[in-house]
Amino acid sequence: MLADECGEVDDEAERCGETDIVALAGAGLALDPAGAVWWAAERALIVADLHLEKGSAFAARGVMLPPYDSLATLALLARLVERWQPRTLVALGDSLHDRGAGARLGPREREALAALGRGRELVWIAGNHDPDPAPQLGGTHLPELRLGPLVLRHEPGAVPEAGAGELAGHFHPVARLVRRGRGIRRRCFAGDARRLVLPALGAYAGGLNIRDPALAALFPGDYTAYVTGAARTYRIAHHACVPDRR
Amino acid sequence: MLSSAPSEAVPAVDLPERFLRWFEARGWAPRPHQLDLLARAQAGRSTLLIAPTGAGKTLAGFLPSLVELAGRRNAPPGLHTLYISPLKALAVDVARNLERPAAEMGLPIRIETRTGDTPASRRQRQRRDPPDILLTTPEQIALLLASADAPHLFGGLRRIVLDELHALAGAKRGDLLALGLARLRRLAPQVQTVGLSATVADPATLRRWLVAQPGDGELRMGDLVVAPPGAPPDISMLDSAERLPWAGHTARHALAAIYARIAGQTTTLVFVNTRMQAELLFQELWKINELNLPIALHHGSLDVSQRRRVEAAMAEGRLKAVVCTSSLDLGIDWGNVDLVINVGAPKGSSRLMQRIGRANHRLDEPSRAVLVPANRFEVLECRAALEAVAAGAQDARVERAGALDVLAQHVLGMACAGPFAAEDLYREVIAAEPYAALTKEDFDAVLAFVATGGYALRAYERFARIRRTKDGRWRVANPQVAQQYRLNVGTIVESSMLKVRLVRAGQGPRARFGGKVLGEVEEYFVETMSPGDTFVFAGEVLEYRAIVEEEVHVSRTAATDPKVPSYAGGKFPLSTYLAAGVRAMLASPERWDSLPSQVAEWLGMQRLRSRLPGREDLLVETFPRAGRHYLVCYPFEGRLAHQTLGMLLTRRLERARLRPLGFVCNDYALVVYGLSDISLAVVQGRLDLAALFDADMLGDDLDAWLAESALMKRTFRQCAVIAGLIERRFPGREKNSRQVTMSSDLVYDVLRSHEPDHVLLRAAWADAATGLLDIRRLSDMLARIRGRIDHVPLDRVSPLAVPAMLEIGRESVSGEAADALLAETEAELVREAMDAGR
Repeated sequence: MLADECGEVDDEAERCGETDIVALAGAGLALDPAGAVWWAAERALIVADLHLEKGSAFAARGVMLPPYDSLATLALLARLVERWQPRTLVALGDSLHDRGAGARLGPREREALAALGRGRELVWIAGNHDPDPAPQLGGTHLPELRLGPLVLRHEPGAVPEAGAGELAGHFHPVARLVRRGRGIRRRCFAGDARRLVLPALGAYAGGLNIRDPALAALFPGDYTAYVTGAARTYRIAHHACVPDRR
Repeated sequence: MLSSAPSEAVPAVDLPERFLRWFEARGWAPRPHQLDLLARAQAGRSTLLIAPTGAGKTLAGFLPSLVELAGRRNAPPGLHTLYISPLKALAVDVARNLERPAAEMGLPIRIETRTGDTPASRRQRQRRDPPDILLTTPEQIALLLASADAPHLFGGLRRIVLDELHALAGAKRGDLLALGLARLRRLAPQVQTVGLSATVADPATLRRWLVAQPGDGELRMGDLVVAPPGAPPDISMLDSAERLPWAGHTARHALAAIYARIAGQTTTLVFVNTRMQAELLFQELWKINELNLPIALHHGSLDVSQRRRVEAAMAEGRLKAVVCTSSLDLGIDWGNVDLVINVGAPKGSSRLMQRIGRANHRLDEPSRAVLVPANRFEVLECRAALEAVAAGAQDARVERAGALDVLAQHVLGMACAGPFAAEDLYREVIAAEPYAALTKEDFDAVLAFVATGGYALRAYERFARIRRTKDGRWRVANPQVAQQYRLNVGTIVESSMLKVRLVRAGQGPRARFGGKVLGEVEEYFVETMSPGDTFVFAGEVLEYRAIVEEEVHVSRTAATDPKVPSYAGGKFPLSTYLAAGVRAMLASPERWDSLPSQVAEWLGMQRLRSRLPGREDLLVETFPRAGRHYLVCYPFEGRLAHQTLGMLLTRRLERARLRPLGFVCNDYALVVYGLSDISLAVVQGRLDLAALFDADMLGDDLDAWLAESALMKRTFRQCAVIAGLIERRFPGREKNSRQVTMSSDLVYDVLRSHEPDHVLLRAAWADAATGLLDIRRLSDMLARIRGRIDHVPLDRVSPLAVPAMLEIGRESVSGEAADALLAETEAELVREAMDAGR
């Protein structure tokens, strides 16, 4: 782990701490164990699959989940922003759980969103749950974003040309490990040299096992799970993770 | 009805002529308790009958109904008597047994059952045109009550017979039934109840169940009739010349003796405590089954059809023995059982007596039973159990209030039945025994939960499931709500079970229609396995291959030694009563004569090398061994409470920088081990044992642990499903599960950090306190041992510590943070990669 890869700012090393750095098409990306990517060179913080207002989407059909999921997700985002002080915050799609979600955001949620946007650029990439720009989110809405050697999009697509890499969401990867008679299931990043799929950040977002064929199909060879822990991520080869079902 | 002493005089009763003739024709005479119950019923009283098996309990319960129905003239048709049993099979069996006397006496009575298996067309017809007597289960009652035609169906009800009441009361299913009874009393104010029960420590609770509680703090009780006990049981402990194991539960040392007993009897029920033990014992018995005796296996995870086949073979007398778990504690009477063998520790005297009662249903002959302890501690426990049975001592029930999640389900059901005023429903609910002390605040919180989730942040008003109309009454918001309710009825949360399907080795993971379903296992058990692991199930060693949709695919394997050691399905903790018995025996060396000499010798060594645990204090031993340092204590509070204690002690030792690594426990003792010298820390005053064991661990430490405890999350999930917050999972609806179903763990995390006092968290907490975490028992223990810690620093392991120490490596290690395991996996992979390069 090379702390100086983190960036040029003096206290960057301290901030990075034990944060794992992965190289993707030449870009040095720090993996925050909360489930975000910090790209120091671009001063960009990248997250995926917030699924805001998933709770109220369930409530609308009679399942009264606690209505705090959006607040919890936005509070986590606020902590990440506080920690990394990004110039740009990019959300890789499915930021809202459904088309009506923007309108259901409550006053506290809207205030939290406004606070996030103060002093930085917000970029909302379109996802399959939120294909249309939602005015309640503020910021810029894009189908995808090209930044340096990386393309940032919701669903992983064709691998970009040689020398380029991809950051994506959509799949909500989780890793399952079995050790000493205990099963552990955690959100994780999944990546190889060309592509990194981020874990979902939403409080109510479920997960898909990284051994699931749909996820495995994204990686032609070996790939790694960067499993989120309390203070750092752990690199576990995909074959050391245990498949779930299906 | 006011309470009355059991001895209170009742008017003499005359049995109608055709009943007398029927008894005579069979060479029987009505028993005094049967007549007593009839007389009380005719005097308008609700009554609890406590009677041993074989005492004609069921007939006693129905006699008042039969007499009344026989004498009825021009009465309006309609449901007269409702019989409610915890088991479907029992309801069906009782119906059969009831039809015979009714037919033989020529009584014009229609008797029908209604269970989940009853065809929809008949269920429809039963609502329109009900029988005279309906035999059913608590869940069916809830469903019937949640419909608009309930007043029509139950309005003329005269009598309710509650069978095996002791098995329902005190659990969530009982809560649901009690709430149903409260509604039935409201629909049919004239209704009387008859409770049928085995002997219990405190009949007062069950007597209160039978009548409406007035809700003003006063407690009312039904009458009590106690039938004379049968012949005292003939019960002994197997005395084995073999060496008694130090630990383990397989009783392999006693296998030949068990087999010999089975061979020498007509039919034997062999009870064990866990499904795993049942599997292992069944396998071992067949290995030595030279006579090819028909020995079968029965436990709750086996496929239903397989269980039914075993039960049918049992009823036809075709089996020599059945190895079973508590799945056969209750059930249909099999007259041919003449011996009960209980392998392993009995864990509680009430359960043991229930099991012994399964042998010999003739009242005048003793039931015969043999206890087979599987290890040394279990010898002590069996001895204590023998004494308890001889004294007729029952385990005291844990006091508990009716569960709030069950109440939430019921409130929604009542809204489905029709609009209600909150105050009326509250009055009705507190008439039910388990909810007699329910406050209006808690009721209102549950009502708010049912309507909109009951969150402080009132975000869901517009999505409300039930709404208050202009007249102030609550009604369902739309018909889908009633549909949701019907899918969710019941307190048994089965959705964490996965079907086990046999596939042929070599078949791909998609081969799903290949083999037969062997039964079900808990999902959390499967979560601890990797493909290739072997385990014992349905009587054979199987290799775990994959989970495909909601099924566990397994294949047969040549391996004989299963790798995954155990799963805890159906493990009961040691009862407080027996624990006290064991402690008393340990503290009284003069009584050791009655123990096998190996055991007396073992205890003698303990006295010499260390000290014996006293009756009231807590013995704590500390010693080094093979580079690690150990703390062993002997609370005798059962493994659930010990597990919680272990979690909390590890946290505290960590804070004291004593570097604990993990802990293991059994029902008697807890072992914590780590890298720092605990004896030294005590001597140097760096560790105060009184502070370590202080009850304040149940504050912040417990709170911090609960945030991540898998047991607590499992408990929450059950409450969330019962209360209708999380939808039950149904086979076939899993396909798109990622979008549709919600992980209860995520909900738990969010709710806990945003609204820790929410009614559903309180419900889960109440469950955990008496359930998987057994916090109440731990808290009682901590209070008891305050200022009574007996610390013995030793230079090596003590004899008494050996059984618990042997659990290390056998059980999965608890108490380790998941992050430590992740780091370990990572490091191991790095090492592997580096070594491969050399």
